[in-house]
Amino acid sequence: MKKYTFTEKKDTRSGFGAGMQILGQTSPNVVALCADLVGSLKLDAFIKENPERFIQCGIAEANMIGISAGLTIGGKIPFATTFANFGSGRVYDQIRQSVAYSNKNVKICVSHAGLTLGEDGATHQILEDLGMMKMLPGMTVINPCDYNQTKAATIAIADYEGPVYLRFGRPVIPVFTDADQKFEIGKAWTVNEGTDVSIFATGHLVWEAIQAGEILAEKGISAEIINIHTIKPFDTEAVLTSIKKTGCAVSAEEHQINGGLGDSIAQVLVQQYYVPMEYVGVNDSFGESGTPTQLMEKYGLTAADIVEKALKAIRRKNS
Amino acid sequence: MLTQEKLNFLKDKAKEIRQEIIIMITRAASGHVGGSMSAVEILVSLYHHIMKHDSQNPKWTERDRFIMGKGHATPVYYAVLADCGYIPKEDLLGFRRPGSYLQGHPKQYTEKGIEVSTGTLGLSLSTTCGMALSAKLKGEKQNYFCLCGDGEIQEGQIWEAAMFANKYKLNNIIAFVDRNYMQSDGYSEDIMPLDPLEPKWEAFGWEVFSIDGHDFEQIINTVEKAMLSDKPVMIVARTIKGKGVSFMENDNTWHGSPPNLETAMRALGELV
Repeated sequence: MKKYTFTEKKDTRSGFGAGMQILGQTSPNVVALCADLVGSLKLDAFIKENPERFIQCGIAEANMIGISAGLTIGGKIPFATTFANFGSGRVYDQIRQSVAYSNKNVKICVSHAGLTLGEDGATHQILEDLGMMKMLPGMTVINPCDYNQTKAATIAIADYEGPVYLRFGRPVIPVFTDADQKFEIGKAWTVNEGTDVSIFATGHLVWEAIQAGEILAEKGISAEIINIHTIKPFDTEAVLTSIKKTGCAVSAEEHQINGGLGDSIAQVLVQQYYVPMEYVGVNDSFGESGTPTQLMEKYGLTAADIVEKALKAIRRKNS
Repeated sequence: MLTQEKLNFLKDKAKEIRQEIIIMITRAASGHVGGSMSAVEILVSLYHHIMKHDSQNPKWTERDRFIMGKGHATPVYYAVLADCGYIPKEDLLGFRRPGSYLQGHPKQYTEKGIEVSTGTLGLSLSTTCGMALSAKLKGEKQNYFCLCGDGEIQEGQIWEAAMFANKYKLNNIIAFVDRNYMQSDGYSEDIMPLDPLEPKWEAFGWEVFSIDGHDFEQIINTVEKAMLSDKPVMIVARTIKGKGVSFMENDNTWHGSPPNLETAMRALGELV
């Protein structure tokens, strides 16, 4: 089992900002749009270096999505940015109609996803966006796990032709992936190989899954940890290969259980290879105000919760 | 300016398009007659006189663009595109049928002249703004025409786009409101009053013209003036829902209900 360590903590949204800064230098067709949240999206460097390639849309997200769709006609690659809540739920029809149905090369890049938005509370903590977005035909949905991976994903989606929803978050979390990684859309990353249980995690939960793997190892259990950074297109092969080896699965996501990563895995299990599976996610509930740590504990999204569900899945497998 | 000969040509075209609208909707047993009929002169003016476009070269980068905001009015849109040679006439048979690209509301198909998917109301002016901004960023000179329904502009997103167009000085946009005063549930001023409409757009920084939307000379002369504006332009075109068929005019029965064969024959009788 590979031991993952970190020397610093950073927010994934800063990874996005760093990726945008590089795109500012390397991809002249990339333009950024924002709905009055430039600081939160870490766009300052991009805007400073490319003022003519930034379009401030004001607090009008619906219009921003339409503007982005229109901008694509001349070859521009619009990165429409706001909070996840305002870049998905608020503008679902705009995305469905103007972007997905028209197959526009728009990158919807959203921060402050999930409970870890924290103190602002449930109004702003969207926990349904991965499900809504993955349901849209043709939409690519990416939820990277740390600063470096978010930066790499940001750069990678500029080269991909088609609509993308890139989701990241607010709090600082450990940076544990390679700084110079190449991001491959749709290709799951096996963080640690194991034989007793497969833990499929996405976003902020990947680090928790790694911690869970270490706790399980101390109990003599070998957990396979897989980072599903791309929710869609879904890496069915990675799931099948792993569960055929381990015989049980756990999903872990900062999202509703209904309709999220776990349900994508469950589809594979039901249709192709049945094994017992447990979900770690928010169970049909809105969030509330609190620090990210308090909320992740209260709503059951920590390494300890993943361990508990892994043990349960293994018990079901052996019963 | 319009010659008498051209004016007669446009009037004949309008009649043909209205016939095609009735036939398409009757054949499909589905579709929106009233709002298609009210927009006929606007689309005929754009496609047969005003816009630079070439149906033999639908991806010509310098073409003017038309974006159909009130997407339920596909019958007039498809009929005009077919008349211009973008859509083979026989393809109109597939309107609103499975397997056809002629969807109930427009689905983007550039080769057939359909620039962008539209129809869930309120989205199209934003898309138009994005396209117009893209042209500005590249220093291109083409015009962007958008047709909104009057009911459609009750959508809040329209006014977000109105602010945006003003901020970015998108004077390459010439939009129309098909002001037929009717929407699905009835008279627009009962459903959600829009008047005084012109001052609203002026307050948002647009140049506004108020015209008879069935008068070719007014439409064409106004667009010529609009092209000289340094602001985005909104043309409030007063129209009659169901225009051209006496018993359909201003009768909201014909918002979204198709005529049966007998009624269609009566309608066509008035359009010869």
